[in-house]
Amino acid sequence: MKNTDAIRGDWVQIHRTILPPEERSNRVPQDTKEVPLEMWVNGFLSRESAKIGDEVEISTNVGRTEHGILQLVNPGYEHSFGKTVPELRQIGIQLRDILREELK
Amino acid sequence: MSMKKTTHEALMSRKGEIIRKAVGIDYSEFESGSIAFDFEKMMSSTGYSLEEIKSIQRETGVGNTPLYELRNLTAIARKYAPAGKGARIFLKDEASNPSGSFKARRAATSVYHAKKHGYKGVIAATSGNYGAAVASQAAMRGLDCIVVQECYDSRRVGQPEIIEKARKCEAYGAEVMQLSVGPELFSTFLSLLETTGFFNASLYTTFGVTGIETLGVEIAQQMVERTGKVPSAVVVTNAGGGNLTGTARGLRAAGAESSTVIAASVNLAGLNMASDSQFNRKSFTTGHTGFGIPFTTFPDRSDVPRSAARPLRYMDRYVTVNQGEVFYMTEALARTEGLERGPAGNTSLAAAFSIAQEMDREETIVVQETEYTGAGKHVQPQLAFARENGILLKFGNPRDEEPGTNIILPTDPSLIRIRDLDLGELRSSYIRHSIEFAQQQLEAAGRGAAVRFDDKDIRFLADETRMNEKEVRSAIRTLGLE
Repeated sequence: MKNTDAIRGDWVQIHRTILPPEERSNRVPQDTKEVPLEMWVNGFLSRESAKIGDEVEISTNVGRTEHGILQLVNPGYEHSFGKTVPELRQIGIQLRDILREELK
Repeated sequence: MSMKKTTHEALMSRKGEIIRKAVGIDYSEFESGSIAFDFEKMMSSTGYSLEEIKSIQRETGVGNTPLYELRNLTAIARKYAPAGKGARIFLKDEASNPSGSFKARRAATSVYHAKKHGYKGVIAATSGNYGAAVASQAAMRGLDCIVVQECYDSRRVGQPEIIEKARKCEAYGAEVMQLSVGPELFSTFLSLLETTGFFNASLYTTFGVTGIETLGVEIAQQMVERTGKVPSAVVVTNAGGGNLTGTARGLRAAGAESSTVIAASVNLAGLNMASDSQFNRKSFTTGHTGFGIPFTTFPDRSDVPRSAARPLRYMDRYVTVNQGEVFYMTEALARTEGLERGPAGNTSLAAAFSIAQEMDREETIVVQETEYTGAGKHVQPQLAFARENGILLKFGNPRDEEPGTNIILPTDPSLIRIRDLDLGELRSSYIRHSIEFAQQQLEAAGRGAAVRFDDKDIRFLADETRMNEKEVRSAIRTLGLE
């Protein structure tokens, strides 16, 4: 078993609870008040080595120090163009038919 | 150095002092002590002239975007219009700006100003295109940048559109702080301003709003070149009001006083913007009524004491369209005009398609912006995400759409129909908010007496709402706030 997940200078993501439910503003809706206000930030790991779940410090893109629980090493982006929405295929077909008629 | 308290309440109580340092403006010099404040003095004493802004924007490649005539969409609109109706539709392609949206204009002036005044970095609280715009301008001018986003719900599910913007901000070298849902984001933002000493690149300072005036000027000039006349109407996607305010001021500066300025927002009636469980049940993160109506009826709810974005001063009309109509028009723009652009920017396109059908064929209507598109921020992933989150997607009559429950794509383009909001109601709501706000300010200053307003305040409310003084007095009486 590995005894380290990240070493100093690795690009990592940390997570921290900023406000627990009991400290949330009285002005937020009830469903929001029942959950904490959470934060995620990416940066370079400051300490020698750490494991996922450790409380760590990072240095962010602007050199700011932030602390929190180590959650990911080399965090990336996985958003995409999604599963096909078949309805969208129909819109173009319909509009091309209308245009053929209108521009005749 | 003494340690300052960083709880939500402690930060909020230092709000005035933090913001003053972070924007370098003392707003008290524009205040009258009652309802009125000197809007034009604020705009001129802290802003830049139009010529200066043009030159600042030229340095970083902002502006001078193309204007397209949408001939195919005009032809389709004319099919459904009464005889003799169907205005020519034009589109200002703001996606051609460096960061992919008109927000580059707003960011350009703010970042220039921050650098000139020796700030080491800039911070913006935004989940929208503005973050990427500030990050891009900061990269060009060698400043640090932090963007604070409201991004995830408590299941850690994020809107694909917001995640894409986080990626774009990081691509420009910004630090991106992502938060879960809630307005307490503001105290985190204040804490960052305080600890970094960075400039608050607010959307609502004069720097941001005057930066958009060049857009109005370009529209007027390009339309004169193309058609020999200023546009009959300009449709502006409305959220915080800056886009509309800046564009309208620019149109006026370029002599296009006759152009009708129409605000358009996506209808999200019934959804609470601060609700964790409703956060991912909407498919638009900006340009919607959840921002548009509150900011129109009370602009001073922003991150600066007095907002430079005051849309009621400039709008001739305010319409809404539904989510399904905007998604349909986004697909239509790609398929009939060969322009693939982001959905949120097409709010005004959906409105213009409907409004063109009320106008004469000789008239012209300009869709005032587009935005970039890409993974996450595109009609396909946004609708796929809605479906995965339990939103029913189907063809039908958009009139039957219920935000948060379903998205209804029009069965055919004839069903795309704007709904007018009642400007009288919005104006009355604005007056009520202004008086209540002045009352709160008095109470906060320990002067508990009831707000008294003189002729200057009535004149101010008239300017703010485009009513005459008699109408303002009558509205105040009707509200029972005399």
